[in-house]
Amino acid sequence: MHPDLTRPDAGKPVRQLDAKDIVRTPKPRQWIGTAIALLLASMFVHMLVTNANLQWNVVGHYLFSHYILSGVLLTLELTVLAMVAGLIIGIVVAVMRLSANVLLQQISWAWIWFFRGVPPLVQLIFWYNLASLVQSVSVGVPYGPSFISWQTNSLITPFTAALLGLAFTESAYAAEMIRAGIQAVPRGQVEAAHSLGMTGGQAMRRIVLPQALRIVIPPIGNDTISMLKFTSLVSVLALPDLLYSAQEIYARTYQTIPMLLVATLWYLVLTTILTVIEHVIETRLRRGHRDSGRTTAYQAGSRWRLLPAWPGPAPKALS
Amino acid sequence: MTGRGVADPGLDGDPLVFVDRVRKSFRNTAVLNGISFEVSAGDVCCIIGPSGSGKTTMLRCINRLEKIDGGMIYVAGRPVGVTVHGTRLREMHPRDLAEQRRDIGMVFQSFNLFAHKTVLANIIEAPVVVKRTPKAIATSEAHALLARVGLADKANAYPDQLSGGQQQRVAIARSLAMQPKLMLFDEPTSALDPELVGEVLAVMKDLAGDGMTMIVVTHEMNFAREVADKVIFMDAGDIVESGSPAEVLSNPQHQRTRSFLARVS
Repeated sequence: MHPDLTRPDAGKPVRQLDAKDIVRTPKPRQWIGTAIALLLASMFVHMLVTNANLQWNVVGHYLFSHYILSGVLLTLELTVLAMVAGLIIGIVVAVMRLSANVLLQQISWAWIWFFRGVPPLVQLIFWYNLASLVQSVSVGVPYGPSFISWQTNSLITPFTAALLGLAFTESAYAAEMIRAGIQAVPRGQVEAAHSLGMTGGQAMRRIVLPQALRIVIPPIGNDTISMLKFTSLVSVLALPDLLYSAQEIYARTYQTIPMLLVATLWYLVLTTILTVIEHVIETRLRRGHRDSGRTTAYQAGSRWRLLPAWPGPAPKALS
Repeated sequence: MTGRGVADPGLDGDPLVFVDRVRKSFRNTAVLNGISFEVSAGDVCCIIGPSGSGKTTMLRCINRLEKIDGGMIYVAGRPVGVTVHGTRLREMHPRDLAEQRRDIGMVFQSFNLFAHKTVLANIIEAPVVVKRTPKAIATSEAHALLARVGLADKANAYPDQLSGGQQQRVAIARSLAMQPKLMLFDEPTSALDPELVGEVLAVMKDLAGDGMTMIVVTHEMNFAREVADKVIFMDAGDIVESGSPAEVLSNPQHQRTRSFLARVS
């Protein structure tokens, strides 16, 4: 049976239309744009291949040299340690910020204010020169006798100075992210935990933080990639990370551009690996959370699917 | 800490819940104007009334999700959230309040299942973490509770894979896992599609039949008529009238009750 093909207003039959006959709309502007982009890209590649100043043979020679590889290793080590330390401090600072205790709130506020306000480069140099401010660090009675004492210079190596500066800066940003994550967990989750007899601490550790951390994984992944690049600041402390190792070589050989290319290639490789890892973690969390079952259009295909689903409609106002 | 349960209310007739002249306001808006009522052990008490009448707030005060400004609430003979030091009253230490809340189960309108945990993990969470029940025992008890609410096959599902009715039944099982003396229900079926209301009410009926003391804020008049021992009608922060379902629902004495009942039925 054909549907009624007459137009009720005119009473005239019209041609039978079928959505499967829709043809692709021509997009001339997009084609022109693509052509221009391809032209520019080919010019760039041509430059990369033909410009002798790039000295690809030098790049190839140093790319996997022992010196550069140990720099890569140090860069990775700093990234991981600074992120782990920064996140741990960040969680503590975030929980303090949301605590009912006014003293804790204000300590947390001051911490974030300071470490978000001072550039990491300034911090690195400051920590490195801590010995000029305090000669020794000791454990003891304030204004009284001390039990153990260390020379600051033996505590603050370039590595610890770098780690302190990077981790403290990260902790301030992480604290703000985690605080937002905690606040994004619906209030009803805490109320349910309380009604079951859980204390505030138990509710925070067992119910709120696991959900909050899941929410902040994308920004943390982003921060990790930022951190990888921020570690290049440690070259000012003569710490042989990837950038400093490359600099040391070109200081000797004057092959500045090829050595910077070596560093660039490695940074790109590392950030690519981190991006893949972040993607895998997100996918796994999503699968762990809902391996089957219904998926709403809002959740499907969105990175935010890893968010726990809203546990029901928003509670009504008081009734 | 003082001993829990000054008297066993089931034995000597003291009410399990005693709400005494409770007042509460949010900023400058009075929500409860001196509410008093009592619920005996084993009874089902339904609180009905229009939106904004204060019934949900009243319920939330009973396990101190809301603090009260005046009066006192006693559960099993103990003041809720308050300790008595001679002539002085102090707010209870959070640890003691948490312990007091173990005996008071609550079911929320929006279910509030822990979204990152499976159904089974939701149910064993409080027994294991709060009561330190061995995990194996808590797990077998959880399976028994799931069977009771008709969801034996959903132990490993996540909350967002369940329908609203199923989530609410899990929430009831989760509360029961703590073996509470009292269950509070805050509009447990109001967020459900109409065809899912029945399965939740059936579980609640079953629970009432087992002798659980329940206070239910609800709009389900049929449930109140069939199951309740006592119905309280609240309006604008006051109890307008209370009594048996037959008295309040079938033969209301006040104009406000009559007009409310006319609107909802």
